[in-house]
Amino acid sequence: MSDAFAAALEKTSAEVDDARPVLEFSDVHLHFAGVRAISGISFEVGAKELFAIIGPNGAGKTSIFNVLSGVYRPQRGTVRFVGEDIVGRSPHQIAAMGMARTFQNIELFSNLTVIDNLMLGRHHHVRYGVLAALVFAGRAHSEEVAHRAVVEDIIDFLEIQQYRKFPVGLLPYGIQKRVELGRALAMEPKLLLLDEPVAGMNVEETEDMARFVLDIRDELAVPIIMVEHDMGVVMDLADRVMVVDFGSPITTGPPHDVQRDPDVIRAYLGQEHASAAPMGAPR
Amino acid sequence: MTALLTDRGGRGSRPRGRPELYTSYSSDIALLNTPAKRAGVLAIVAAAFALPFAVSDQVLVLLGTGLAMSVGAIGLNIVTGYAGQVSLGHAFFVGLGAYTAAVLSGDPDGRLVGFGLPMVVWLPAAGLVAGAAGLLVAPLATRLRGLYLAIVTLGLVFLGEHVFREWDSVTGGPGVGRDAVQASLFGNSLTAGGAVLSGAQKVYLFALVVLIAAAVPARNLARSGVGRAFAAVRDRDIAAEVIGVSLTKAKLLAFTISSFYAGICGALLYTITRTVEPNSFNLLLSVRFIAMVLIGGAATISGSIMGAMFVTLLPRFTQQVPRFVPFIGQGVTGGGLLTNVELEAMLYGLLIIAFLIFEPRGLFGVWLRVRNYWKGWPFSY
Ligand SMILES: Nc1ncnc2c1ncn2[C@@H]1O[C@H](COP(=O)(O)OP(=O)(O)OP(=O)(O)O)[C@@H](O)[C@H]1O
Ligand SMILES: [Mg+2]
Repeated sequence: MSDAFAAALEKTSAEVDDARPVLEFSDVHLHFAGVRAISGISFEVGAKELFAIIGPNGAGKTSIFNVLSGVYRPQRGTVRFVGEDIVGRSPHQIAAMGMARTFQNIELFSNLTVIDNLMLGRHHHVRYGVLAALVFAGRAHSEEVAHRAVVEDIIDFLEIQQYRKFPVGLLPYGIQKRVELGRALAMEPKLLLLDEPVAGMNVEETEDMARFVLDIRDELAVPIIMVEHDMGVVMDLADRVMVVDFGSPITTGPPHDVQRDPDVIRAYLGQEHASAAPMGAPR
Repeated sequence: MTALLTDRGGRGSRPRGRPELYTSYSSDIALLNTPAKRAGVLAIVAAAFALPFAVSDQVLVLLGTGLAMSVGAIGLNIVTGYAGQVSLGHAFFVGLGAYTAAVLSGDPDGRLVGFGLPMVVWLPAAGLVAGAAGLLVAPLATRLRGLYLAIVTLGLVFLGEHVFREWDSVTGGPGVGRDAVQASLFGNSLTAGGAVLSGAQKVYLFALVVLIAAAVPARNLARSGVGRAFAAVRDRDIAAEVIGVSLTKAKLLAFTISSFYAGICGALLYTITRTVEPNSFNLLLSVRFIAMVLIGGAATISGSIMGAMFVTLLPRFTQQVPRFVPFIGQGVTGGGLLTNVELEAMLYGLLIIAFLIFEPRGLFGVWLRVRNYWKGWPFSY
């Protein structure tokens, strides 16, 4: 990948200390009137790691993301992101620190074009104020052009050139998923959260998305937490996998070990299959 | 593609015959980014400046009122069309602007409070006072949404009406009112007829200049990061927060800027109409502004102007209706099944509903369709 975006990301990742984990999630508890969404989950994510979270429906995976991005406030526990405790901070503050995410059900601004959606990802990098915006000359103008250059690089990277001026609401589902990834990338994240990036995609779209995710980790060196039900993708991509069930951690480890863990098989297939063959054979 | 990426900063030249091929981002994000748009806007502005020499003073006053209302409609469109916050309180901010301007410009020795200050003071002050009030009210929008916000802002109108009615020393009281804004520029009256221009011609041109000075920054705001943040808050507020947009800040900004425009509108409006009556800043005025936004087209600046012109000129036509339709009476007391005032109110309602159903983009959308049709003419597909 080229130019403006790569340069911008390099600057961002230079601020991250490689030796320390980007994220420390310790003993977090979150419950809603009666429902225990997260009960005592802890994990760390390393500076260049692709960390996957798997678990049955309703296990609490999306809730973990909502705690991370500040949408939910946990009742107990600490969350340290790039060394700072972020519990209690508002979502836009956490976003400005460099946490970006995509959503399980696409949350794009469907009336706006692909370009505008990605430009919105640049929001916390916009330095000019309202008065400059009203004049739209000098600083505001040159900044807009620079942000646009970054956005165009991302559009090239994700191969969505032909859609750039379409309102995203009109685009096919698989493309919308890519645009949402693009919006997250435009934030120049220090940590990227992907909630079911390949859900509902066909084989070809899944392969494209998997390739993008790998490129993001390997070439852009952005650490990723990925929630995904597609075991093939998880086993192929993840460095480490955490399994959760009913809001509790079951195990964490490299994909191969996790796959063979009897507790994991039990959580997925029920008690009677505990001794059955390993699940989700890698492709 | 590579050619597109290499020339990033400069103005970039456009290959002939390819109006939508941009050779730089700079020309793509320009205000008028095609030659056709540039020519069209230039023609409209030129026509608008030539108009006062072609039509009667009576029509000019009406058109000038439309220009002033356009400023207010742009304001409401910023908060409602762009940022998605429904406000029924727009009339209140218009009133604040009108009285700020009337008081600051008013005769210091007159019956009511007045300071005799020049236009360069009262015009911005009208915007600033209304804008400050908007800033104070905006926290409501950070706590309430949708219908609740609409109802609370409706409260503002009643509050304002009461204050305007009771505060005699400023407003002159109901039924009496006060002389409106005294507009002068470098000692020349902007409202009284002179050797070269009549009063109506002057005031029309004044309103036109102010509208242009208000519309261009609004358009700039809309295409900037601030405008994008407004749209994000309008479309999906949770996602907006998660990508780094502060909802509180966006809503504060939207309300403040919107109210600033309302204040300017008020000052301008009562420069044109020559008297301010405290009962005029009522719910009907707020509803008119909403009609302008919805009929003209939400989240467009040119649509705001089209809507404001349409809604301002509408009564001029409904007034004529009683002459032709027997069961419609003239004026509030006129006999018949309906009066033309009632007819007007009904028409607003019908038009709003019709546009929402058939063309949610308003007159702006109608214009887009016409333009696209002629672009392909004589081929209809
Ligand atoms: N806002 C909320 N209010 C009440 N309960 C909630 C809320 N959000 C999540 N829950 C509950 O918390 C539990 C975990 O939900 P979560 O969405 O985190 O699951 P998930 O692992 O992402 O599931 P899936 O694989 O279906 O996406 C569920 O029982 C859910 O009903
Ligand atoms: Mg989920």
